Amino acid sequence: MNTHAADLPVPGAEASALSLTGLNVYYGAFQAVREISMNFGTRRITALIGPSGCGKSTVLRSMNRMNELVPTARTEGVVTFQGRNIYDADVDPVEVRRRIGMVFQKPNPFPKSIYDNIAWGARINGYTGSMDELVEQSLRRAALWDEVKDKLADSGLGLSGGQQQRLCIARAIAVHPEIILMDEPCSALDPIATLRIEDLMRELAAQYTIIIVTHNMQQAARVSDYTAFFMMDEDRSGYLVEYGPTGRIFTNPDEKRTEDYISGRFG
Amino acid sequence: MSANLPARHRAGLLWRLVFHLATAVAIVMLTALLLTIVNRAFGLVAIENAIDPAELARDGVPLERMDGAALTAVLADHVSRGLLRRFERDQPLAERGRDEVYNLVVERVVDPSVVQAWSLWDSLFRRRAVVAEAMSRHPGARLVFRSWLTGSFIADAQSSIPEDAGVRAAIKGSLGTILITILFAFPVGVGAAIYLEEYARDNRLNRIIQTNINNLSGVPSIIYGMLGLTVFVRAMEPVTSGALFGLGDGSANGRTILSAGLTLGLLILPVIIINAQEAIKAVPDSLRQSSYGLGATKWQTIRHHVLPSSLDRILTGTILATSRAIGETAPMVVVGASTLVTLDPTGPFSKFTTLPIQIYQWTARPQAEFRNAAAAAILVLLVLLLTLNATAILLRNYHARKQVGA
Repeated sequence: MNTHAADLPVPGAEASALSLTGLNVYYGAFQAVREISMNFGTRRITALIGPSGCGKSTVLRSMNRMNELVPTARTEGVVTFQGRNIYDADVDPVEVRRRIGMVFQKPNPFPKSIYDNIAWGARINGYTGSMDELVEQSLRRAALWDEVKDKLADSGLGLSGGQQQRLCIARAIAVHPEIILMDEPCSALDPIATLRIEDLMRELAAQYTIIIVTHNMQQAARVSDYTAFFMMDEDRSGYLVEYGPTGRIFTNPDEKRTEDYISGRFG
Repeated sequence: MSANLPARHRAGLLWRLVFHLATAVAIVMLTALLLTIVNRAFGLVAIENAIDPAELARDGVPLERMDGAALTAVLADHVSRGLLRRFERDQPLAERGRDEVYNLVVERVVDPSVVQAWSLWDSLFRRRAVVAEAMSRHPGARLVFRSWLTGSFIADAQSSIPEDAGVRAAIKGSLGTILITILFAFPVGVGAAIYLEEYARDNRLNRIIQTNINNLSGVPSIIYGMLGLTVFVRAMEPVTSGALFGLGDGSANGRTILSAGLTLGLLILPVIIINAQEAIKAVPDSLRQSSYGLGATKWQTIRHHVLPSSLDRILTGTILATSRAIGETAPMVVVGASTLVTLDPTGPFSKFTTLPIQIYQWTARPQAEFRNAAAAAILVLLVLLLTLNATAILLRNYHARKQVGA
């Protein structure tokens, strides 16, 4: 069981890197998530768990406005990031996504060289410093440098699945985000690659706020400081059941449903 | 082992045979096509001289060994005064080289012409019958093997004499037309596809546009010819004839390479749009997502990821559409390709002819020998097509290798 955050209480709105208030997301007429309100601790790892279809990924994607790329999606409520609601009319989603980065379920490097995979994001965001330095630094932070330093010009698609995912993490941190969202980042990886990514996440938590969606209970227990458990009600829209320090959620949850899910009785 | 496994294997085998058969039919058809053309493009011809060169010998010196002065005398004896004056005016015969005068004598006095041509098949396998036929019908003719596809056929301009006819102007006309077609249809088509796939909302107007584009790709090409005639040749005449820019000699009346290229561009535009849309659709959404996730704008995502990833498919479709356009005849007839152009096109505002027009026109001529020239022109067209396609495919593959960065 994780010991990183002891049994700190869930952070309040002031101390948090990101807050959701009354978040509702619809796809057309269908309501995917209902009235989510929660705060995410700065430089903490928060895991979102729950059965398939309960809206965890939707919640995650509404935190950097990736969800609005789905044509039918509609978001209500407030997502506060550094004192601003990111859904305000005068907030540019492009800037939001630069500062709240994302790592996806399936490793998806660009069909470019390893070097360009890292450099591209920085370049389009107008980075003017030394690109070589940035590439090395990002790859080192993603624990990939030693494996690829001699083949930076090779295609990113030539790497193994685990390496590709670490490349995607390196790519995400190269644009200097403050928060990294991870949508089941290890579900396509073998256990050894998964462990490496988890180690990496712990290291990154010293600098970044990380929010991760995972189906893997052990992963949530191993890696996260806080865990939020989601479920869906009868009309299939997701809601937040319980949110607290990971240690407490996994050993002594308040809700019977949380305990049932974690102990594998359903889901 | 399940009971029906042998039956399943038999069904599979049967279908495999059907597919083999289909491929075989296609190969046989293509081979037949090629053989028919080759059969016409090469073969024996009977050549008859207007005057036997032996009769032109003077004082026992045959024509081939005469000097310039003697040849000039022969020429003077056999051509009209008017023609002789014209030769002298162009360049005095005394100043011309001996070989040049000799060629004039052969061309104007001996004047060999093809009186009958036989197919390659007859020439090879029924030679005896061909010789007999030539002897009886053209007793004074000599029988030689002739390839209608020669260097001079490609390098010469059109002529009213089949043996002298060439396709230089038609090749240049085809290349010029297709260049304008690509310059017009590729950017416009890809641009429209990007708009429809990446920007357009799913509303009624855009659905109507999409349906129309799909239907336009099936409209007969002659309709596009009429459209081109109305819009480019007539309505936009000042532009397409070059008069607006002070270019062009004004003799083309808008029936120019520019009009023809734009018409063909319209013709292949729907195909290019649909194909580019499919190519853009095939780009995995994960690529767009990772780009947006790094804080890229929509245009940066399209420019740096969607287009590079779909470009080789877009190019494949463009190559196929362009190949079709090179072979189009009907719209060119309507737009007003000239049928007998002896001068090369000099720019987009020139009168023009294209290879398919040339072929069409030659096959419609009464002289049988033009059919042989047409066969040779078809071979030229095929080679031109293959060359252009091969170049385009090599470029595309080079791009594809660069894209992966492997």
